[in-house]
Amino acid sequence: MGLTGLDIFKQLPKTNCGDCGVPTCLAFAMKLAQKQASLDQCPHVTEDAKAALEGASAPPIKLVTIGDGERKLEIGNETVLFRHEETFHHPAGIAVLVEGSLGEEELAARVAAVGEASFERVGQTLQLDAVALQGEGDAFVKAAQVAAEKSAVPLILMNEDPTVMGKALEACGGKKPLICAATTENVEAMAALAKAHACPLVVKGSDLSSLAEVSEKAQAAGATDLVLDSGAREPSQVLANETAIRRAALRKRFRPFGFPTITFAQADDAQDELQQAASYLAKYAGIVVLRQMEPWELLALVTVRQNIYTDPQKPIQIEEGLYEIGSPNEKSPVLVTTNFSLTYFTVEGDVEASRVPAWAVVVDTEGTSVLTAWAAEKFTAEIIAEKVRAFDVASKVEHRKLILPGHVAVLSGKLEEELGQEWQVIVGPRESSGIPSFLRTSWPS
Amino acid sequence: MPFETPVEKWASAVNTVTIGATSAEGGTRASTVTVGGDTSLPFLQFEGKTPHRPVIAMEVLDVPPEEWPPPMAEAVGDVSDDPAAWARKAVDEFGADLISLRLVGAHPDQQDRSAEGCAQTVTSVLSAVNVPLIIWGCGQADKDNEIMPRCSEVAAGENCLLGTAAQDNYKTITAACMADGHKLLAEAPLDINIQKQVNILVSEMGLDLSRIIMYQATGGLGYGMEYAYSIMERTRLAALAADRMLSMPLLALVGSECWKAKEARSPEEVVPEWGAESERGVAWEATTATCFLHAGTHILVMWHPRAAALVRKTIDSLMSQEA
Ligand code: SF4
Repeated sequence: MGLTGLDIFKQLPKTNCGDCGVPTCLAFAMKLAQKQASLDQCPHVTEDAKAALEGASAPPIKLVTIGDGERKLEIGNETVLFRHEETFHHPAGIAVLVEGSLGEEELAARVAAVGEASFERVGQTLQLDAVALQGEGDAFVKAAQVAAEKSAVPLILMNEDPTVMGKALEACGGKKPLICAATTENVEAMAALAKAHACPLVVKGSDLSSLAEVSEKAQAAGATDLVLDSGAREPSQVLANETAIRRAALRKRFRPFGFPTITFAQADDAQDELQQAASYLAKYAGIVVLRQMEPWELLALVTVRQNIYTDPQKPIQIEEGLYEIGSPNEKSPVLVTTNFSLTYFTVEGDVEASRVPAWAVVVDTEGTSVLTAWAAEKFTAEIIAEKVRAFDVASKVEHRKLILPGHVAVLSGKLEEELGQEWQVIVGPRESSGIPSFLRTSWPS
Repeated sequence: MPFETPVEKWASAVNTVTIGATSAEGGTRASTVTVGGDTSLPFLQFEGKTPHRPVIAMEVLDVPPEEWPPPMAEAVGDVSDDPAAWARKAVDEFGADLISLRLVGAHPDQQDRSAEGCAQTVTSVLSAVNVPLIIWGCGQADKDNEIMPRCSEVAAGENCLLGTAAQDNYKTITAACMADGHKLLAEAPLDINIQKQVNILVSEMGLDLSRIIMYQATGGLGYGMEYAYSIMERTRLAALAADRMLSMPLLALVGSECWKAKEARSPEEVVPEWGAESERGVAWEATTATCFLHAGTHILVMWHPRAAALVRKTIDSLMSQEA
């Protein structure tokens, strides 16, 4: 979405004074376009030109930060409609609704539970991102104070009364909660609070037109970091609105919609809620708010998010090393594979299915599959032999047999040479799906 | 000023394909299943039409898995070693739109069941239920070339969906499909170019493109789901952009992929932090299916009746006109 050198040149003084360190304004513009220079290196640029250039080069969807400290949530700055076009950049936040009417102890426990929920998957720690606190009047203010004190994750303060919100913000003491929400009725007052407390603000419409209006008013009143709520709660309408917002921001650079969004999964049953939330994660939500937090629900949801936000150009990798599948012993087979997570998990699953426990020598191939890694010389006889030594495979097993993926059978001679004469390399099946029958028939147990 | 949603003007639509044949059409099915025809990205009602809702095929195996996670064993119950009874239960109790029969028992490493035995299974399932059938071989190319022609023959006229034709093994099954009036499942391993190639190969044999459904390999949630998701999304975009070789409806295997995952299988004693076993596998399967709906899948092949019910509800809500 960058400007061309010529677009930038039009805004420069065109005096060719050279103070920027480049002989001409045009040359400087070209450098700017390539992001090799920054505008403040030209001391003569006018304020108007600066504003125009900054506006035009701003990302189509603003990056919005919620909360402060280690667990702050950053959402937005998305650049594409489909993950294969580039990648989705900032994983959506998952928030859990907490009732402000709960007793102090229960409230503190619930808030703590949201912060503590954590899952390990393929070397990543997957967590929840925010507590969405809901309530009325003084009880809400009090709850906000308790939650702000006890919560490891940022807060979303849900109350539409500006007076109550003002007190709640005071009670939170500068932790930059997300104010939720500004509507047609209260937008000026809410935007003023957002400005005064330097907090992000949800703008809520009853449809897309009213959302655009509230967004413009909030910005006019000085709120800079917005999160959009189209008001839709039915899945088909949420999908339509989320798509419209993302398209308008990216394709039309429609400024009122140049922000991340917030969605609410509404079902009473956790399974139904999970399906809604998964839908919203797939299609453009910046934040998904849940009512429940069943462990299996959260596990599925953080995994959906991990999958959807994986960079298609950077496959998920696992750490290299010697892995145990089942409980292998000194007689168990040793298989070699790569550290592309999908490759490894497929092998792991198929070894488990064979019910023959095994060792897996996982070689760092920068997350590429067996054939790709071999073609790129990241999975050579030398590298494999080096890893077999580095992971001290010989100390784990009595035998000296190594099972090589069938696709790289060509490596077997060289690999035996590299490993030394006591080792024997066995060519395994080409596809992982052949592992169960291979292990059952060709591995003496 | 009222906001106007940016609408894409697509050049084309996904093919419309019907599976199954009633007696008027030369088969014995009570009803048929039609998928495809979409003129927009999935479920975008402001942009185009989804004339046929995505459907759920329940999978039936000729030989039950050796080790089923308890929630699956419980759901299928004592019919798991009787494909006909299992299929009947899937239709009557689980609400299957179609039955997806997989002849795993034919695999040489399994029971190495004969072509005749497989054909008998097909016949018994056809007579047990009156919904359309998807029939898969065992995945071993040579064996499938042996059993599928016979299975196709005994189902002649029923307009089944037969799988699969792959880049290096497509001739036998394509010929059987053409001879017996079936639809063809064309398979490619998460690769759009190979998928196109398979479609070209089978069409060069004389099979009309309108008789193909594509299966591009599936990864379950957490195990490559995003690859399948993006391949399907790209395929839908290609179909809407009028790429004739990628305009066929899509099928995804959800049940078998998901129930392989340790997140679905592990007993609660082993992973108490993952919560109730009775819910976890169902959640895993349903969530994968939901993601695939957004990527553009037309036929979801599922295992657990509760997961299927959840997905049916999701389809209802996404197709809802109230919006
Ligand atoms: S300092 Fe500014 S005005 Fe001078 S040459 Fe560089 S860009 Fe042009």
